[in-house]
Formats: sequence, C-alpha cells, structure tokens
Amino acid sequence: MIGGLFIYNHKGEVLISRVYRDDIGGPLNGVMILLDAFRVNVIHARQQVRSPVTNIARTSFLHVKRSNIWLAAATKQNVNATMVFEFLYKMCDVMAAYFGKISEENVKNNFVLIYELLDEILDFGYPQNSETGALKTFITQQGIKSQTKEEQSQITSQVTGQIGWRREGIKYRRNELFLDVLESVNLLMSPQGQVLSAHVSGRVVMKSYLSGMPECKFGMNDKIVIDKQGKGGGSEDVAKSGKQSIAIDDCTFHQCVRLSKFDTERSISFIPPDGDYELMRYRTTKDIILPFRVIPLVREVGRTRLEVKVVIKSNFKSSLLAQKIEVRIPTPLTTSGVQLICMKGKAKYKASENAIVWKVKRMAGMKESQISAEIELLPTNDKKKWARPPISMNFEVPFAPSGLKVRYLKVFEPKLNYSDHDVIKWVRYIGRSGIYETRC
Amino acid sequence: DTWISTQKKIHSQLSLPVYPLQENRQFGSKMTDSKYFTTTKKGEIFELKAELNSDKKEKKKEAVKKVIASMTVGKDVSALFPDVVNCMQTDNLELKKLVYLYLMNYAKSQPDMAIMAVNTFVKDCEDPNPLIRALAVRTMGCIRVDKITEYLCEPLRKCLKDEDPYVRKTAAVCVAKLHDINAQLVEDQGFLDTLKDLISDSNPMVVANAVAALSEIAESHPNSNLLDLNPQTINKLLTALNECTEWGQIFILDCLANYTPRDDRESQSICERVTPRLSHANSAVVLSAVKVLMKFMEMLPKDLDYYGTLLKKLAPPLVTLLSAEPELQYVALRNINLIVQRRPEILKHEMKVFFVKYNDPIYVKLEKLDIMIRLASQANIAQVLAELKEYATEVDVDFVRKAVRAIGRCAIKVEQSAERCVSTLLDLIQTKVNYVVQEAIVVIKDIFRKYPNKYESVIATLCENLDSLDEPEARAAMIWIVGEYAERIDNADELLESFLEGFHDESTQVQLQLLTAIVKLFLKKPTETQELVQQVLSLATQDSDNPDLRDRGYIYWRLLSTDPVAAKEVVLAEKPLISEETDLIEPTLLEELICHIGTLASVYHKPPSAFVEGSRGVQHKRLPGSAGSGESVESPDPGAAATETPPAVIPSQGDLLGDLLNLDLTPTTTTGPPPPTTSGMQMGAMDLLSGGLDSLMGDESEPLGGDIGGNPAMGAAFGAAPATMPASFNAPGSGGLDDLFDLGGGVGMPMGALNPPKAVWLPAMKAKGLEISGVFVRRAGVIQMEMTLTNKAMSVMTDFAIQFNRNSFGLAPAGPLQILTPLSPNQSIEPLNNLQVAVKNNIDVFYFSCQYPISMLFVEDGKMERQVFLATWKDIPNDNESQFQIKDCHLNSDAASNKLQSSNIFTIAKRTVEGQDMLYQSMKLTNGIWVLAELRVQAGNPNYTVSSISLKCRAPEVSQCVFQNYEAVLKN
Repeated sequence: MIGGLFIYNHKGEVLISRVYRDDIGGPLNGVMILLDAFRVNVIHARQQVRSPVTNIARTSFLHVKRSNIWLAAATKQNVNATMVFEFLYKMCDVMAAYFGKISEENVKNNFVLIYELLDEILDFGYPQNSETGALKTFITQQGIKSQTKEEQSQITSQVTGQIGWRREGIKYRRNELFLDVLESVNLLMSPQGQVLSAHVSGRVVMKSYLSGMPECKFGMNDKIVIDKQGKGGGSEDVAKSGKQSIAIDDCTFHQCVRLSKFDTERSISFIPPDGDYELMRYRTTKDIILPFRVIPLVREVGRTRLEVKVVIKSNFKSSLLAQKIEVRIPTPLTTSGVQLICMKGKAKYKASENAIVWKVKRMAGMKESQISAEIELLPTNDKKKWARPPISMNFEVPFAPSGLKVRYLKVFEPKLNYSDHDVIKWVRYIGRSGIYETRC
Repeated sequence: DTWISTQKKIHSQLSLPVYPLQENRQFGSKMTDSKYFTTTKKGEIFELKAELNSDKKEKKKEAVKKVIASMTVGKDVSALFPDVVNCMQTDNLELKKLVYLYLMNYAKSQPDMAIMAVNTFVKDCEDPNPLIRALAVRTMGCIRVDKITEYLCEPLRKCLKDEDPYVRKTAAVCVAKLHDINAQLVEDQGFLDTLKDLISDSNPMVVANAVAALSEIAESHPNSNLLDLNPQTINKLLTALNECTEWGQIFILDCLANYTPRDDRESQSICERVTPRLSHANSAVVLSAVKVLMKFMEMLPKDLDYYGTLLKKLAPPLVTLLSAEPELQYVALRNINLIVQRRPEILKHEMKVFFVKYNDPIYVKLEKLDIMIRLASQANIAQVLAELKEYATEVDVDFVRKAVRAIGRCAIKVEQSAERCVSTLLDLIQTKVNYVVQEAIVVIKDIFRKYPNKYESVIATLCENLDSLDEPEARAAMIWIVGEYAERIDNADELLESFLEGFHDESTQVQLQLLTAIVKLFLKKPTETQELVQQVLSLATQDSDNPDLRDRGYIYWRLLSTDPVAAKEVVLAEKPLISEETDLIEPTLLEELICHIGTLASVYHKPPSAFVEGSRGVQHKRLPGSAGSGESVESPDPGAAATETPPAVIPSQGDLLGDLLNLDLTPTTTTGPPPPTTSGMQMGAMDLLSGGLDSLMGDESEPLGGDIGGNPAMGAAFGAAPATMPASFNAPGSGGLDDLFDLGGGVGMPMGALNPPKAVWLPAMKAKGLEISGVFVRRAGVIQMEMTLTNKAMSVMTDFAIQFNRNSFGLAPAGPLQILTPLSPNQSIEPLNNLQVAVKNNIDVFYFSCQYPISMLFVEDGKMERQVFLATWKDIPNDNESQFQIKDCHLNSDAASNKLQSSNIFTIAKRTVEGQDMLYQSMKLTNGIWVLAELRVQAGNPNYTVSSISLKCRAPEVSQCVFQNYEAVLKN
C-alpha cells in the first residue's frame, strides 16, 4: 500500500510530507533521502517526464501534477497502481472542494487541514472514505466539541455506511434539480476529409437540492432500452423512437448508482448526493454530429513561402449558434512574417505559440467561413522537414453531438410529502470540442 | 409527455462554482497559516519551547503548527518532544491531531519519552466520542515503539468489538499495523481470529478494511490459511462489494482475484456478480474487476455462450479507461498490453482508439504504439501504416524511432503489407534524418530475414547511407546485410574492410557481426578475401579480450581449417524464420502478470519479486487451469495455486563445472597409436589457411585433417611445451584458459635463468602419461604458475584446460571457471598454501596438488606507516601472536632486512635494546591481510644471529606459513 504521500512545489520544495509506512525509510532521515531522490530524479529531471511511475532506490513513486504542484505517493510494495492514481486525483478533488485551486499558496495556507484530511482519508496507506460531503461533516477545522451524541453517531454511520455520500435529514424549501449534459467531441480527420477517428465523451453532471433520501431514476434515449421497450409495444413506437436513440459504447457511474440494477435492467437508479456530482460518463462513436468541418489547403511556394487556406463549415441546424470558435493553425518554426485575410472574426499570428489563432465569437449553423494566410519563411539548411502539426479547433455548441436526449428524471421520496411533480428540474446540453484536429 | 418540454430553460451560467461562498470565507480566515513555513531565525527552538508551554490555548496551538511546519520542511524539532507531548491532553481535536502527527514522526527516536503519551491514548480509547476513540487507536498503531505496542493490545481488542462501525473499521486496519511491528504478538493475542470474524460484519466498510488487513497479513505468511476463502466467505465478499465505498470495492476485488473457484459454474456465477463493476467511475475498480474476470475466464469452457458474452463485455470498459487522465491511461495501456497478449480477441476491433493524439504525453504515445502493433492485422494494416508514417515525422526522437521500428514489425507480421512497408521505410531513409535512417536499417535487416530474396533491390540505397551510421545496432545490421548478400554487392570486401580499420573501437555487437560477415564473404568469394579473413580472425582471437569474440573467432578458425565444406554448411546455413511477434512476454511471466493486473507489477511488466523487498509479494501467482483440463476441478485446496512453484534447484557452481569438464572428454578406449590428428590452433595460421583454401578451391588434395596432422614437427613441439600460467586474483573474466590454448603456438614466456627449480607435481604414472612439473614465482607484481607439461605417452594430447580448487587465498586462473568439484572433503589438514589443480586434456582430467611459497602472495605495497604499525600492533589481541625460534641463521640485522625486502617483507623500524636488534616488519597478502613481525637479532659473537620472531596477524592461521617463509628466505 501507499507508504508515504508528499506534496512539492514546482521548485521541488516539500510542502506536505506524510509517512504511513516504515518500509519507505523510517522516520526522518530515510524519508528525507527519498524526498530528495524524487526531487532530483523527477522534478528537476532535465528530460520531459518519461513515465508517471518511477522506481528510484527500490521505491516506486507515482505522481500527478496539478498546475505547478506535484503530488507523489511512494511505496515499496506491489501496490494497486490504478488505485493510487485514482486516490491522488481524489485527493486533489477533496482539497479543491475545501479551499479551491490547488496552488502553493493555498497548500501552505491550509497545511494543517491537509494533514488532518490525509490522516482521515488514508489509513496505513489504505484509502478510506473520501467523499467530500461526508468529510465536511466532521473535518471542519473547528473542533468537534459541540457535537451531540446523535450527531456523532450520524457522522460515523455516514462515513462508514452504505450511503456514504449523503446524510439524513436534509431539508429544502424548494426541491430543485439541475442537469447538464456536457459532451466533448473528439475528431481526427485526414487532409482529404476522411474521419480517422471520432468519439464523444460525455458527462451527466447534476446539482440536486432535494429533501430527505430521495430515490431517483434517470432515463435517456439509450438504444438498448428503447429497442427493448419497442419489442413490448407497437411497431410504430419502434419506428418513431428508434430513429432517435443512440448507441452508447460504454458508460460509468457515480458510486451512488446501483450498478447491478443497470447490469440487469439497464435502468439508472440512485439516491443522489447533495449538491454537485457527476452522475455518469459515457462514450459514443456512432452517428456523431460533427459540428464543424475544417478544410485545410497548404501549399509550399518555393523554399521560403507557404500559402495556407482554411475553410470551416458549420454543420448543424441554422437556428442554433456556436460560440467561442477558435481555429489554431500551426506555423513552421522558421516563420518570419505572416499576412492574414479572414472573412469573419479576428486572426492573429502568435509567434510565441508558433501558430495563427483565428477567433470567431459566434457562428450560426449551415454557414461557412475562411481564412487565408501567406507565411514567409527564413531560408535554412535544415534537412529536417517541418512536421506539420494538425490544425485544431475549439468551439461550444448548445446541443449534444452524440444525439443524447434526457427522457426523464423521476424523483420519489416515500417518507416526505413531496412528489415528482413538485420538483423543479432544469436541463441543458452543451457540446464542446475535445481534441478536434484536422491534419494538413 | 415529460417534464422537459414544459420546464426547459437554459440557465445562463456555464461553469458552476466549485465550492459555496460561505466555505470560502471559512477557510479564507486561515490565510495566515503559510507564515509558519517562513520562520528561519535563530533561537527558534527556544522560542517555540516557551510558546508550547504558554497558558494561552491559542498560542499553544500556533506553536504546535509551527513545529509541524518545521517538521515538514525537514528541520529536526525532536528536542521539543516533551513540550509537544504536554499539549496532548486537550479538548481541542485539531490540536490533538497535530500533536499525534508529531508523535508518529518522532516517537521512534524518543521511545522513553513516548511512553508519556500512553495514558492519554488509553484514555482516549474509552472516550464517548467514536471519532476520538478511532483517532486514538489509529494513531497508536502508527507509533512503532515496542513498549507502547504492549499497551495497545487491550484498547485494540475493545475497539475491534466497538459498537460503532467507524471505530471497528479503524481497528481492523490497526491489526495490520500491529502485525507489521510484531507479528507474533498479533497471533498470540488472537487478533487474527477477531479480524476474520469482521469479514461477516454488518457494515460493508468494516468488511472491506478487514479484507485489506487480512490480505496484507496473508502475504507475509504464504502458507497459512489465513484468508480461508470458501464459497461462503466469497458470497459475503460479493454482497459487501455492492455496498461499500469505491476503495473497499478495490480491496475486495483484489482479494477475490486470489481465489480459485472449484468449478466452471462457480467461476461463472462469480463473474456474473463482478461484471457490473465494469461500469464504475473509478478506473481502479474497473481494472480490478477486469483482473478477476481475466483470471476466472480461464476456467470457462470456450464453447459456453457466457464466455463469448464476457469477452464482449470486457472491451468497452478497457477503451473507456483511455479517456481517463493521462497517468491512468498509462497504467491502463500497460495492462492492455498484457491483456492483448493473453486474449487478442478482446480488442481486435478497437485499433482506432489507440491512435496517437498529438497532445498525448510521450509515455502514453509510446505505449499506444506498442498496442497498435500488437493489434495490426491484414484488416486494418492500411490505416495503421498511414498512422505510423505520420508519427515518423514527429519531434520526439524516441517516439519517431519506435514508429519506424513499428513499420518494420508490421511488415513482418502482415505479409501482404511488406512491400508497402519497405517502400515507406525507403521514403523515410530519403529524409536523411540520422536516427530515422539508422532505425530503418535495423528493421530492414529483419525484413530481409523474414522474406529472403525479395527486397534485395533496396540494398544499394542502404549502402549509400553507410557513412551516417553511428549507432552500434545500425552498424551491426548494415554489416549483417553486407555479409548476407556479399555475392550481390560488388564492393562488399571494401565495405567490410572499411569497418575493420577501427575494429577495436567498435562495440562487441559490431565486432561479432563483422567477424561473421567477413567469414561469410570469404566462403562466398574465397579468392579475393583471404587476407581480409585472416586479418579479422587474428584481430578477434589475438588482440581482443572479449571471450565471446575470441570463442567465435576460434570456432570459425577451426571450422575453416578442418573442413571448409562443413564451414560453408554451418555458416551459410538456411536461417530459421524469425517469428512474427516480437517483444512477447514469456508465457509463464505473462500468466503471473495477468494475476497482477492494475498493480505496479503490471506497469513494470516484472514479477513483484523483482522490485519488492522481503517476503512480501515473492510468491508467484498463477492462472487457474482451463475447465477442459480438469486439474482445477479436482484441486481440493483453493489456496494451492497461489503457493506452489517451489524454487528451482540451481546446481552449485562446482557441480556444473565438473560436468563441463567431463562433457568434453573423448572416450579413452582408443587402442594402439591413434592417427595423429590435431586441431587448428597447433598450426601456424598461414599453413592452415592455405590448406583450407586448397580444399575450398576444389583442389584434389587429401582431406584436410590428415594433411595438417601429418606434420611431425608440430607434434614434437607440443610434446614438451613450456607454459606460463599467469594467474590473477582479480580474474578479469578470461585469460587462463585461452592462454593455455596458446600452448602449441609456442607463445609461452621465455624461461629465464632466475627460475627456481621446478618440482614434479604430477607424475606421468598417475596421469596417463602426462607429467606436470612446475613452480610458483612472483614477477613484476604478478603471481605466475610456471608449468612444464611433458607428454610421455604415445598419443598426442590436446584440449588442455586448467582449473584450481577453492583455496585459502583465492588463487585462480584468470578464466571464467574458477572452482572445481571438491577433491578432498577434508581440507583442514592440508597446509594453507596448498593448491589443488586440475588439468584436462583429450584423455582425461587429472587432479594434483602443489604448494606455493607464501612469499609469492606478499604484495609490493606492503610497507606500513610507523604510526599505523604501532596502532595495529596494539590493536591485534595478544592471542594472535605467535613466537618462533630461528636456529642457525647467522646474519646481521641489515643483511636480514635486505634479504627480506626482496620478498616484499618491509622493515619499518629498528630498535636496539641491550645489544639485541629488534626489527619491526610488515607485509601484506594479496587478499589484504597484514602480517606484522618483530624480528630479534642477537649481537652474539662472533656473528650476529637471528634468534626469534614474533608474528602478529588478524588471521593467525597464516603465521606458520609466514614463519616458514622467513626461515626459507633467511637461510637461503
């Protein structure tokens, strides 16, 4: 299991050091040597990080980096590496939930809190309950003197209980639910416009303000469910709904979802955590609506000039508007000057980023726009050809490129007297570009 | 019909705030904590001490925070131990936790003072607040002080049975902590049974922690039946699996993976209950579930419907792992690499997801590339090649190299694509990017091997790039190509000769390849390349100290000289085809790694024993047998699979050697004078080659062996060849044996007049006609064993080799074989300077022993500093002193000193007491033992007389030998 957990700043100075196991060097000196070893071999390494797992002096270090803070777990054993990384991310989430951004300043300002958290969520290197909702009930930096006996046992039963993510007795005057379908659409396209790979990775993010212990059921236009229902009902239904259903390659759920029920009935039922959480993630690869098509044209004119023309076409209902559109066209390192003409938006050559960045604030569906650039190059003797990195794109559209639709979200609270109809529900679809690249 | 149409609204804000405002304020008020990191002034400890003892609670707390901050940055604040511990008795939980943190860090260095804390711990374990009880038991387990451990037992026992699940789950882990400190105590106190009971606890988290603790303890007791996994407990675990936290699910799944189901039905029912975990958001839960499924699948019959269903279910979650954070992607990819090797069918349609993204971190890119090659097939090869070509133009050198190599591997794997691959590689060579060219040449070599006589047209292009190759692997590959196709390359001899110039600067890989290539060339074009082959053979055999190279050189040499036709058959034999898959993990290791999916072992692709110290993780895991074999069905003990595989018995080195020596023996049954045959190395090189050449050229001469062996001069020369055996203590890996080979060549050292007389060590009677006489001398700092081997038999003796038995001073011939099977089990009665030697020839192995003078071992830098001498003399206990009388030696002190000096015995000081000269002398043996001596010289009349000697040495055994040596030197 995890032998020790360390947090470094970008200079390699130790901000937090918590040792869980004697085998990583015993107290003090041994650990200091290890801390140094990691700093020298990884943080100060001259090369780019070659692996997130490093074995130094028969000790394995698993690290992640958040902005310029390094979190490293050290161990001498054959630990479950996946679990360690998941834990490190969780640790980041918990810290962020307590004090916001993970920065050197915030870590230093909250070091006592971090030690307290580390004591709670990792015992002898074994991760324990790390749900922020539960942790916040008793790790408050306020002392727990004032708690009554009932409160105490409520805390412990929540921390260890089956529903560790929600406490009892929550009350809202207005029962409200916010549901966001956030998708990121990824594309890799050949210069000829052939889709090399495309997928959507989506998330259903919820914010629930519901009283009591509500039982929820979430439904979407999942092909498997709809087909199943279609078999039971009339053939008309199949024709009608089958067209709109989507094939989900795979999905994963928040731990509140009853997985065995999903496995057998493919129904998504759960008791939601209070406040924000990510209900599910999913991935689709079939019938994706690609919101934009990028058509690149690069021509090398002699050895010192490059002509680039890029056309973008929006491919969705003309009543919808895409926002925050940005096209990034890489330029060779030897670029000496760039001349740009674009029909819409603003374009700039950014020498420090070796790219032309073209920004368009808004664009409706079924439109097209283009930019042309003339790039002057310095003459060089370098035999090595320019690698021509792909043209990438960013955007945001108000629909789900996968075609996912929320069909229902039902709430039952048997003990309290509010019904499904009394809950105010909001839904929103946002499609964003993930890695959206076209080779040129 | 749904609520969406009626209540749909777009809310304006896009990103949601990460945390509510009031909490921001709460922690905002702590914005001052970072100041603790900045205190560096002098007298800090003193100030802190005062603050810790302050009456004001706030001040105390502030001071403890400062102490913790100092501790974090590595300052030693252990001096504050009593003051900090004094703050422990407090109602303030935050302060208490800080003090505990301090205690965990420093208790071990201050065990006596740590006892002060025990009372508070014991009291806290009785606190009405379960959070405090748990905190106390959790912290106590982390204090690794024996005395405290004793006090821990009672509170722990109570906490294991506490009414509150939070305390129980903490106590469960505490048992593992205690076991780590004192395993015996845990067993004696019966904690293991209590822990086992917790597996049936009503609270899922208690179950999960108990499982984790038991699994860990079981790992250090591989044979105990601690984790008594049976269908009932498995059922309990599977029930808890649905209810516990994500981490608990991982503990349980990892534990389940150690279970071996009794039959395929049980296996299937477990799989059915584990598959829902594949949809968990936590990648570790998913991978641990995959591990269980991969393992239990082995037991399912392949024709079962469920088997196919399961295979299909595995692919999507594995692909989903690739959209996780890059570090998790990396771990997932390393595991997918294993899974694809074991069950390629799972991901065969998922090639596209492994395409490299421009922004992937390099470690993800490299791993994806590996998997792309493994999944490449005729169906997808066009896409794969297009991708690889794209990657070959990227920036990262390692990545580009791997991409180029991958193209070659595709050619080998998918025959239909070979032509396209070769032309792609040629395109890449045209880029002239140095490392791309080199990598391409390395893979083209493999393509030539896979498809002989198909793509040789490209050789010309390759040859153009000869000069740019600076990496050994690429040079070796190019040389191989030239040698292999020598008959089609007009200037092959020139090309190879150009490499030969810097032969000694090349790496071994290139040298070996060059040797082989030139021999190939010679066999193909014998007329023009005779000189070249002689040159390379002599470079390899005479001027190199690499044993592999020399051995290969000699083999070729002999082969060419004895039977060139056979040489042709051997060297130019048809090569076995190279396999399609490269870098495959060896099957038993792969099986073991599959059992470790998700862990570091699967990331390193090494068994845990390779990187885990101590007993943990050393046991090898194994996949259960398939349902068809019926083995596992019969296996009554489910734990057996995890614990078998006894360590292989490695024969001791001595035995191996004995076998080696015996192996080569030709039967000694030959009667009458055998035909005088001899091996190539007894011949002059020129002689031999001309003979070889003749028959190569189709000359009508006799068979080579007879021709050469007929030379009577050679036999005679060999009959009594003087030989010098340089023996060195450092045994630089070669020498002795090969030097023996030089015997016939007459390379032996000239015998000087200084030579002491040789003694007969092995009479001919005992050695089937071989007589060995010899002597040991020390020359220029090197110990030499000079031997004369005389053949008193009728037949020629060949194939000599020598070995020394293990001896007191580690004398060994400088050869790879150093120790011989013991000759005499009773070594103690022999003099220390006895050396047991084995000499081998084509007739038999002969053992004899001889004694060497100990003076031979005295090294040249044996002169001690006066001060050191004095100190050492005092330091060596008197018991180690031995006194000897020397009689009839009439020398004055100077003469004695001079005489001794020549044997590396150095006089350090001289003292005259009552007409008696005392000489203080030192000598050092080759193995670093110092011998100190006090030599008394009587100024008697008429002559001086050396009368007695005291020797002091840390190894008193040598004293007797040293004394004998004194006597010999002084009286000589």
